[in-house]
Amino acid sequence: MFQEVRWHGRGGQGAWTASELFAKAAVHEGKYIQSFPEFGPERMGAPLRAFTRISDKPINLHCAIYTPNVAVVLDPTLLKAVPVTEGLPEDGILVVNTRESPAEVRKQLNLTGRKVWTIPATDIAVKIIGKPITNTAMLGTVARAVSIVSLESIEKAIKERFPLKIAEKNVQVIKIAYKEAKSE
Amino acid sequence: MKMAIAKQEVRALSGDEAVAYAVKQSDVDVVAAYPITPQTIIVERFSEYVHNGEVDTEFICVESEHSALTACLAASATGVRTFTASGSAGLALMHEILYVTSGCRAPVVMAIVNRALSAPINIHCDHADSMVERDAGWIQIYVENSQETYDSVIQAFRIAEDPDILLPTMVMLDAFVISHTLESVKVLPDDIVRKFVGTRQIPLVKNHEGKLVPFKLDPENPVTMGPLDLYDYYFEHKRQQEDAMQRASQKIKQIHDEYGEITGRRYGNGLINPYRLEDAEIAAICLGSTAGTAKTVVDQLRAKGVKAGLLRLRAYRPFPAQDVTKVLENVKAIAVMDRSHSFGAYGGPVFHEVRHTLYDAATHPQIVNYVYGLGGRDMPQTLIHEIYKELQKILETKRVKKPVRFIGVRE
Repeated sequence: MFQEVRWHGRGGQGAWTASELFAKAAVHEGKYIQSFPEFGPERMGAPLRAFTRISDKPINLHCAIYTPNVAVVLDPTLLKAVPVTEGLPEDGILVVNTRESPAEVRKQLNLTGRKVWTIPATDIAVKIIGKPITNTAMLGTVARAVSIVSLESIEKAIKERFPLKIAEKNVQVIKIAYKEAKSE
Repeated sequence: MKMAIAKQEVRALSGDEAVAYAVKQSDVDVVAAYPITPQTIIVERFSEYVHNGEVDTEFICVESEHSALTACLAASATGVRTFTASGSAGLALMHEILYVTSGCRAPVVMAIVNRALSAPINIHCDHADSMVERDAGWIQIYVENSQETYDSVIQAFRIAEDPDILLPTMVMLDAFVISHTLESVKVLPDDIVRKFVGTRQIPLVKNHEGKLVPFKLDPENPVTMGPLDLYDYYFEHKRQQEDAMQRASQKIKQIHDEYGEITGRRYGNGLINPYRLEDAEIAAICLGSTAGTAKTVVDQLRAKGVKAGLLRLRAYRPFPAQDVTKVLENVKAIAVMDRSHSFGAYGGPVFHEVRHTLYDAATHPQIVNYVYGLGGRDMPQTLIHEIYKELQKILETKRVKKPVRFIGVRE
């Protein structure tokens, strides 16, 4: 097993945190990991990317990720702003925060092949956490979309990372997202 | 006696965090650092340990890197264990004191996060900052990943403080690619690291009365360090530094091996880390994290039947000339990869060293130089494949068309 995930977010939305939590969850399953952001000028709201590599074996690669297995979009406005499917192979998986259906996303991106998953992550986050921070909802969706890391391991990583009350709310978020994610 | 491998815990740590954790476990007495960029998370994390009372280290937050190293040097001269971290412009500002530290034989340990030098301003990885300091009398160790960062910092205290060596030691990790990348790192229990690093041993020297006293600043047994030393003795002192460097080669191997017995982890022989070189006809040579990507490329080429190998230089000072010559004795075409450049020179610094080392090799291998990755430019597998493709061509034609090349740059 060797998987590469690319996270698209905007500064302040927690894309790097998502990448880290995903990696730390994989460590709980005895996997080898890498998690790194793309560093540029750090500005709130600016598009940014973060990356996760997960493998059964030690990871030697120390270059950028060009052809991820999974691309995750934390902010629906990024679909038009950045090339979210760049390098995504034919059997790649696109996971998008949007109220729209996978078919509508496919149409918007003029996308053939691949698998598309959607989740209204902002709505879930606002409802449960009270803030539009979508990274944990996206983690729950990714857990459903690909069998790289289990929901339980993600829950464990969240509990280690955040104070109890915040962790509990985020665990609620990942569970809802896991259940409500849609694909076609 | 064979020791049992210690039980180790896997943690997700960035290279920076791996350094801070290794320093935390190594019972360091004084850490002095300047906290602003190009400084990294290393001292931020370590200052948290100090704040939380997890270490009893004296943490001195100074006003510049020049002062950071001066404070470490002065503390080290009193016989205690010291550490600092820097990179890029910060390391450049230390330049003067680097020589004072090695000249005073103060075994300071420093982590360098390799970042490009200005201008233009750039915070990303290349090796220009530490390459320019290769002549400063410090031992230099370049690491490949976060795990090796952790392992090498612990080993560095033993190397630097060994009474037969007494040379300051730098551990170099690539900016962002290692420093800010979370990786799986196996960490040792505190007590095992403590036992491995031990307490600093102070050798005895003759004082002005001919009496043997510990080589440290101590009012009970005064000695002088770093005084005026003109043409009467300066040269002898420099010669002693060179002797210490030569002794360090063997010691680095021994300490690396001793650590390997405890952890089960080894990086070649501690000086060089060869990969699939046994029957290789072509090979690339590099330092740092690029070696990991290159290993993957070598595996792909091997699967196609290409006799490709890789040599990573772990120690750059002392330069492992004998080991390099030995391990490359059957390789016919070699690409030396430099992540820095000496402007106006005939190739990059690693190229100079390797080509010069192999001048007397019986096989007279063909050698080509590739300068790559300046300012953090990514070195993907595709470009490394290009290098090996050129090596195959050189192997066939027995000719290097253009010995010094730049790769991955718009020209």
